[in-house]
This record gives sequence, structure tokens and C-alpha cells, in this order.
Amino acid sequence: MALEWKFTAKEIAEKPELFMSGHRACAGCAPATVHRLILKAVRGPTIATNSTGCMEVTSTIYPFTAWKIPWIHTAFENVAANASGIEAALKILKRKGKLKHEHVDVIALAGDGGTFDIGIQALSGAVERGHDFLYVLYDNEAYMNTGIQRSGGTPLGAWTTTSPAGKKIPGKPQLKKPIANIMVAHEMPYVATASPAYWIDLLKKARKGLEVEGPAFLHVIAPCPRGWRSDPSKSIEISRLAVETCVFPLWEAIDGEYNLSAPSKVIALRPERKKAMEEYLKTQGRFRHLFTPEFKHIIGKIQEVVDRRWQRLLKKCGMA
Amino acid sequence: MKIELESKAVLSGQHFLNGDVACAEGALAVGCRFFAGYPITPATEIAERMARRLPQVDGVYMQMEDEIGSIAAVLGASYAGVKSMTATSGPGFSLMLENIGLAIMTETPCVVVNIMRGGPSTGQPTMPGQQDVMQARWGSHGDYEIIALAPSSVQEMFDLTIEAFNLSETYRVPTFVLADEIVGHMWERVNIPSAKAIQVVNRKKPENPPSEYAPFKPDEDLVPPMASFGEGYRFHATGLTHDENGRPRTDSAEVQQRLVQRLCEKIRRNADKIVKVERILLEDAEVAVVAYGIASRAALSAVRKARAQGIKAGLLRLVTVWPFPDKQIEKIAQKVKALVVPEMNYGQIVREVRRVAKETPVVFMSKLGEEPHKPAEILDALRRL
Repeated sequence: MALEWKFTAKEIAEKPELFMSGHRACAGCAPATVHRLILKAVRGPTIATNSTGCMEVTSTIYPFTAWKIPWIHTAFENVAANASGIEAALKILKRKGKLKHEHVDVIALAGDGGTFDIGIQALSGAVERGHDFLYVLYDNEAYMNTGIQRSGGTPLGAWTTTSPAGKKIPGKPQLKKPIANIMVAHEMPYVATASPAYWIDLLKKARKGLEVEGPAFLHVIAPCPRGWRSDPSKSIEISRLAVETCVFPLWEAIDGEYNLSAPSKVIALRPERKKAMEEYLKTQGRFRHLFTPEFKHIIGKIQEVVDRRWQRLLKKCGMA
Repeated sequence: MKIELESKAVLSGQHFLNGDVACAEGALAVGCRFFAGYPITPATEIAERMARRLPQVDGVYMQMEDEIGSIAAVLGASYAGVKSMTATSGPGFSLMLENIGLAIMTETPCVVVNIMRGGPSTGQPTMPGQQDVMQARWGSHGDYEIIALAPSSVQEMFDLTIEAFNLSETYRVPTFVLADEIVGHMWERVNIPSAKAIQVVNRKKPENPPSEYAPFKPDEDLVPPMASFGEGYRFHATGLTHDENGRPRTDSAEVQQRLVQRLCEKIRRNADKIVKVERILLEDAEVAVVAYGIASRAALSAVRKARAQGIKAGLLRLVTVWPFPDKQIEKIAQKVKALVVPEMNYGQIVREVRRVAKETPVVFMSKLGEEPHKPAEILDALRRL
């Protein structure tokens, strides 16, 4: 792997915006922030392929586009397969000496629906074939584009329109699929998690993902105020709380070797810094029903799951 | 207790609903207790309604990982003995087509609702279309017949969903509710009758003992009785060409011929019983509109206006789109001097109308995008005939 990319905030600020303002994402949309940050990490000519989803829709509403790089919208289920084709074609062009550039990077962008659910087959296949591309999963934990339906990325207890909290069910009864671990199990060269609250960490991981030979997978937590029923001014705060409560720990796995990233390492070393789940849950209306006597016990369950997953992660990182 | 449960499934009374919700209520009223689906505009409201309502009536709502999973789960649930449904729109319908073929081959009763939006591909997700009517007929590979109904009002979203289940259970064939986005999303008054007044058809069950059961041996109506998994009848259901015992026969021309023929004929021979049309002002008509779904509403208005202007116009509204109402259209084509076919596509059902109308001129009116046909446009076409 290349030397670690070093940069100052000023340099990043001065880098041209490749994901422009003026898109139609909602106020407080963290996925939009994530897209902007990811494109600040590119190292040269880059092509983006975008699965169906909020960011595909909101970034390209006629007569505008937020994209200053070549961009294609694929079907919902196959952004990784589409990226495979782009990458393979670039490889051929390069071999034939028809590519002007030293390298052209390919980024596949998809939400949680397009990754955890309908897109996982294409993603798994592309990674197995070993295409050299960066897959960015912006995870707002439900189908927000169609109006907040549960996905494989929706956490336990969250209200959505298809996991409605009522007398029979307490919001989503199932757990969030551990997608990043599933990707590590593919024995791919680079997998990482990131949060827009720790933007330097996010930028470095995106860059590593682009530089690494072969497929890279970046899982970014991205609060959605509409779907999470949260204050639009608190999206970054909430994405920080996700890390501080260990509901979304930050780590990277290089060739399958897990390492905690700084914001989560601090908590591993000083466990008293780990915040309680309630602090995170109460920032979001989608968990509001859990604060009633009827469903209070679900919070304990959620805490249990978070603790269990955190302990497993610590073991993988050799920090248990 | 039982009455309470019934009233929970059938919300008898007058309601103000949108088409998607009325469709979900129709399904619940006729006994659908399993829904597997995947969010897609403009059909998501059906899934949302089912997610709320099914737990209330001891049913199961399952959100799947995609539309392939949705239809596959529906087939599984139907074979387990529960009336099952999924709902989607164009892109999802495309993904379902292989499993729809499996449903045809395994003769699995199920209802697939397609709230049609603008295509091809992602197209115009929030806009209406009638572009999937040919896909519904021919989209899966091989030869087969299916049933498709085209509601044109919110009340019909309720009524025809019930009808779709009844037809699907009767003929053991996937049945489609092909509604356009306008019918799916518009709000109208819906009368939901009492539970007793709703006609419910359930699939035929085998009467012979398990040792004599041949799962694909048809009765005289060409439909075989259907045992559910776990009822003591051990059988194979397979997508491979199979004999009457359900055993794969991939090397027999005779079995292939007999099976495909029966799958088609069980619908063709019963077409008279299946097909429903609405005839409006056709008795003395000299010109007629053939329309379905949202286009038929503008057509009705146009026909009435034409009558007021002294033009003898009539409307044949297709409630059943597949099997195609050949006889009904032929009869009218012989009487009138010309037909007008308005559709929200680039020419689909009009091909069938032309095939049947033979010498009678057929004027096609295409409409693509957000606006349905205006009555004035259809009126204009009628006046020019």
C-alpha cells in the first residue's frame, strides 16, 4: 500500500468540489455530506456509478447535476456489477495504450437498500472477481427514497413504515445485518467503517480504498433526519454519538486484519468513555416508542446486542 | 370472537382511501394472509398497509431483500396453503418474471399487483403508465396464459383484487392486477361490503387418498386439485416439464406438448367465464372507444360529450385485459365504423384490438408521461372519424 495520504484542513478546503452544492437533498442530509467528503479524497480522474436511491435522485434533478465527474445511474440491484464492467473496460483500454491517464478510479455508491438487500449478490460477485474499485455504502438505515421502509441495515427496534411500532411489534424485530464483517469474510484487501463526524478518518479511508489494489468497501453511517425523525441540525452529532456509544465503531480491516480506528480505540482503552445506548436512541424519533413502559425492555436488548458486537470486535482487534 | 376477527379483516363500511390501500384491503377481505414485498414507487403504500394490517389479522408481512425474493416467498406461502400476494411496479415486475414463470408451471395461485409507472428502466417512478400490459402477458419465457385485470377506480382496486384472488384460486394461475399510478394513488370513496357479502373462492382440494393423488392430474376443467404442503399428500412441484405425478420429464415431447397445452387451454377454454368488460352506450353506437384503466375514465367523459353533440359514440371498457376479450371486441368492431384506443403507452393493447377488429379502422392515441388523456382529445378523435 502507498504511503499514508497526509493533508491539512486547508488543503482539503481548497481542493475543488466534485460533488457540488445545489442538489435537492433534505436539510441535514448526512449522505450528501458523505458524498462531498468522499469526492474530496479522489486522487485523479474518477468515474462514479450510482445505485438507485436518495442520492441518485436528489443529486441529478433536471436541469442540474451535483456531479463534476462522469456518473452513471444503474438499476437498484447491480451497482457493483456495473462498476466491474467499467473497471474491466478501463483495464483493457490501458493494456492497449488507449487510456491517457495513469489510472482512472471507479467508485460505486449505494445506500443500505442497494447494498444489504438487493445489491449484495452483485457486490459479492464483484469482490470475488477482484475488480479494483471502491464501494461506498452510505447507510441511512432504511429505504428513505420510497418513504422510510425497513432494510437489512435498519437496527433493532427502529420504527419504519414497514416495521411500524404498535401493539404487536416494537418496531423492527430483527437485528442489523453485519455487512462490513460479511465483506471482510470475502478476504478482500480493504474494508473500513467511517462516520462523517470524524471526517479526517473518513477521507483517509476513502483514499486508502482508492489506492489499494483490488476491491475496497467503505461502510459509512449517514443519519437521515426525515427517516430517523431527528433534528436536521444534529446529523453530525448523531453520527458522532453512534461511534461514542459503540453502536457504529470505527475500524478497518486490511487483508482481513482488524484494527480499531482512533475514535473507537480511545473507548477500547478507556471503557468508561463508552456512552449508554439511551443517549443515542433519544436523539431519534424512530426509537421514541422504546421509551414507553411497554417497550422499555427493548432498550436493554439493543444495549446487549451493541455490547456483544463490540466485544467481538475487540477480540478481532486483539484488544479484548 | 370469530366475528371480531372477521371485522378486523373486512372493514365493512364507507371509506375514503387511495387505490393502493383499497387494493390491500381487498386482499385482506378475500383472505390473503401473506404478503412479501419490497419498496417501490408507486406501489409502496400497499406494502405499508399490509405491514400494519396483517399482524392485526394473524397474517404475516415479510419485507424481502428484493423482488425476486418477494415473489419466491409468495409461491412458498401459497404452496404452504395461505393466500398470498405481492405488489410492485415496472422494475420490480421485471425481476419477478422468472418466478412468475415458475408459478405458471407449478400452477401456484398467487396475486401480483403491478402499479404501472413510466418506463423503460427506472423511467418516471411517480408518473402513470400502461406500459407493462404486454410484459404481463409475455414477459416470462415459454408459452403460457395468465389472467390480468385493469381497475379504473379506487373501488375497483378493492373489488378486482378480490376477483384476482378468486380467479387465481380457481384456475391455479398467477393473476395480475394491472393498475396505473393514477388509479393507485388517487383517493376516492370505497364501499366495503359486509364479510358475508364478499364472494370467496378457495382452491380445490384433492378428495382422493394420498396414495392415489396425482398433483398435476386435471379435472374436467383442466385444473388439478391442489394439496398444501403438510396435509399428508407427498408430491413434487417443479419448474421442469413434469407429468401428472409431478415427476420431471425433460426428454418427452409428448409430456411437454400435453402440459403446455393444458396450461394454456385451462385459461383459453374458460375465457368466457373469466373475461369481464363494461359496455357503455354501445347499443346504437357508430363509433366506439376501447379503453382500460385511467384512460377509460377520460374516454367515458368524451363519449358522453360526443353523445351531447349528436355523435353516436360508445365505450367498451376492458376490466379483463388478459385473456384478451376477443369476442367482445369483435362484436363491436363489426357494428361500428371505427374504433379509438387511447392508452398510456406507445401502442400495446391497440395491437390486439387491430388483430381482432380486422377491416374496421382503429385509431390509436398514445400518451406518455404525467398527464392522462384529456376527454377533449378523445372527443376530438371521435369527431374526426
